[in-house]
Amino acid sequence: MNPTAILLATFILSIVGLFFFIWSLRKGMFDATSSGARAIFTSGEIGQIEEPSADTEQKQQLQKVTDEHGPDSDSEEGVSPIELSAREEADRSTAYPVYLMFACAALWLVIASFAGLISSLKLHWPDFLTDYAWLTFGRLRTIHLNAVAYGWAPMGTLGLAVWLLPRLLQTPLRGARLVILGVVIWNAGLIAGLGGLAVGINAGMEWLEIPWQIGGLFAVGGMLIGLPMALMIGQRKVHHLYVSVWYMGAALFWFPTLYIVAKVPGVHFGVEQGTMNWWFGHNVLGLFYTPISLACIYYFLPKVIGRPVRSYNLSLLGFWTLAFFYGQVGAHHLIGGPIPEWLATLSIVQSMMMLIPVIAFSVNQHLTLKGHFNALRYSPVLRFIFFGATMYTVSSIQGSFEALRTVNAVTHFTHFTVAHAHIGLYGFVSMVIFGGIYFAMPRVLNIPWPKPALISWHFWLVVAGFATYAVTLSIGGILQGLDMQDPNVPFMQAVAVTIPWLEGRSIGGALMTLGHLIFVYHMALMTLRVSTTPLSSAIAAPQQKAA
Amino acid sequence: MENETKLLAGGMVTLSLATAALVVLPFLQLKNVPPPEGLKPYTSQQLRGRQVYMSNGCIACHTQQPSSTGAGVADSARGWGRPSVAGDYYYDQPVLLGTSRTGPDLFNIGARQPSADWQLGHLFQPRAYVPGSIMPAFPFLFEIKKPGDVAKDERVVALPPGTAPEGRVVVARPEAMDLVAYLLSLNHTYDALTPEQLKYAESRLPPERLKQDKKLEQGGQPAANTKQGESDEKGKADGAKANP
Repeated sequence: MNPTAILLATFILSIVGLFFFIWSLRKGMFDATSSGARAIFTSGEIGQIEEPSADTEQKQQLQKVTDEHGPDSDSEEGVSPIELSAREEADRSTAYPVYLMFACAALWLVIASFAGLISSLKLHWPDFLTDYAWLTFGRLRTIHLNAVAYGWAPMGTLGLAVWLLPRLLQTPLRGARLVILGVVIWNAGLIAGLGGLAVGINAGMEWLEIPWQIGGLFAVGGMLIGLPMALMIGQRKVHHLYVSVWYMGAALFWFPTLYIVAKVPGVHFGVEQGTMNWWFGHNVLGLFYTPISLACIYYFLPKVIGRPVRSYNLSLLGFWTLAFFYGQVGAHHLIGGPIPEWLATLSIVQSMMMLIPVIAFSVNQHLTLKGHFNALRYSPVLRFIFFGATMYTVSSIQGSFEALRTVNAVTHFTHFTVAHAHIGLYGFVSMVIFGGIYFAMPRVLNIPWPKPALISWHFWLVVAGFATYAVTLSIGGILQGLDMQDPNVPFMQAVAVTIPWLEGRSIGGALMTLGHLIFVYHMALMTLRVSTTPLSSAIAAPQQKAA
Repeated sequence: MENETKLLAGGMVTLSLATAALVVLPFLQLKNVPPPEGLKPYTSQQLRGRQVYMSNGCIACHTQQPSSTGAGVADSARGWGRPSVAGDYYYDQPVLLGTSRTGPDLFNIGARQPSADWQLGHLFQPRAYVPGSIMPAFPFLFEIKKPGDVAKDERVVALPPGTAPEGRVVVARPEAMDLVAYLLSLNHTYDALTPEQLKYAESRLPPERLKQDKKLEQGGQPAANTKQGESDEKGKADGAKANP
């Protein structure tokens, strides 16, 4: 096997495949406006805002922002009651499983936050809580990672997928019980897995620490959650599959495949296991959390401001380039390592190719929101979603350049990577989940958020905390990397230089944790129906515009 | 897009391509790489210690993959050893490459700190040995006893004065002994390449590079227990090995 040939073959196959899929879907590709982009609006709904988490005044202001720019549509005849009732039926069919998933997500978020915060403190207070094995840094950090990676993030994103797909396909969810069973099995696996990590049962590979005997429950649970979705696509009432459906549909198939291949016992060995490890580690981000979160942005952002996605066909390009390139970037985690050199090169090239879907997405979002930036002042959901979308762009571009050998030489093995991971999984994915939950929960429970002020507190606390986190840790990581590069600097100098920045990270983490507690408290208030707002104003279906 | 079959087919094609590149090809390329001659299989105590290493998440801060390129350009100068090659991990199940160097690389820690006493004491209280260390102390791997209560086969840890509580001694638990046995086994200072492979690698190097390496060798890079010149070539050498 000639490495150059492998390299070229893989790259060319990706490009040819990419063009094939785009060519096969070329119909109407270069139309300025696309009917597909309107699929999430019922007829006549364009130009109407939808923001379940906003109070009455915010809604009026938000509508004003949208009205100023003139409805670009033929929406004078008002919304169709039939289609609206189909949407309500879809919402009702998902209420139970979705509530369960959001509740689990919130619980894991709290556990993950405290595990993360204590781990962070331990890095600058190394003698803090050392007496118990389960509280040692290595175990607590692993618990933090797994509670996020298999608790908060999948429960949040899958919950949003279960909630959105029936809306997008205009078909009520059948088999909600299967979903609930899947969620129970998944969480049982996670409880066992985290308990196992605490007592020291660790399979040894990053992102795959939970042993396959327990992790099998994720595969089973995930398939039970995904199965009703797959069946629903066949029974859909809409002709066009909206861009969100592509991302979610593909992700629901990608995750079980990834997990099963990664966990199949007795196959992987030595360095091959290392490459497989990062094939999985990066794909679980790129082919699971990322696509579902992008799907949510493609739904919520246009929905809130009542304006279809601009340049809809760019999203087609974005989807297929993500699918073809993201899967191959994992080996950039092992640049300089004992892996075949061609593999690192391939991953670096594909990391740079990832700029294409990222730019396609960013252009989509910017054009859609153009002229509507004022809406950010009035819509809490939009704030979270927009922040998430921006961080997707930031973390992806950062990630592409981090793969370059020269940049990688500084950032690899340092805290910079940790900061980067949080810009992706927190700044992007978690913020989108927050925004999505704020949008969906009033529909799930049929009541408004009891204390809208808490949403603002949540937003500003986590934004301040996250900014502190990302900035301090990135700086600390770069300084650490520069010191480690220099053979004349003693290693301990590279440790000492990070301490103030690690302390800064703990402050950021504490603010984020505080924000999460407010969020979970607010969800609890809502669940217990403790509300100051009269419940009757709840079911805020869009009003007849003509009236 | 209207066609769900196309969507799923496309999704699976892209993932298969990625799996072929990142999992299947490395599998084929590496499955017949033999262990280097100097590499010994782990003893059962060392394997138990490896389990302790995994249980306590040591991988969160320590890599086991020195290099001479990229982020590892200074590794050899720090005494962390020659760049690792695939064969070095022959007996590793699973491989513990790591991705973070909050602490130093441990691929050759057994050669760098061969004293079991040092390792035990350092695990009990790292700051008694390395000022400014942020490694957690692992008191739960040890027991604090009165000197009279120590059984005959128990290992009393020799500690710097003031580290153990007054009038008590620190005894290593079996987990600590196993972990230290594993750490001491991390010694990959043997030559990674056979003489023929070395010759082949050298034949692929530009002459000026060889000259430069010779000079370095004579200049006595004391810590670098490596045959200079094989380092940058390991990719090529790997490829050469895989060629039938």
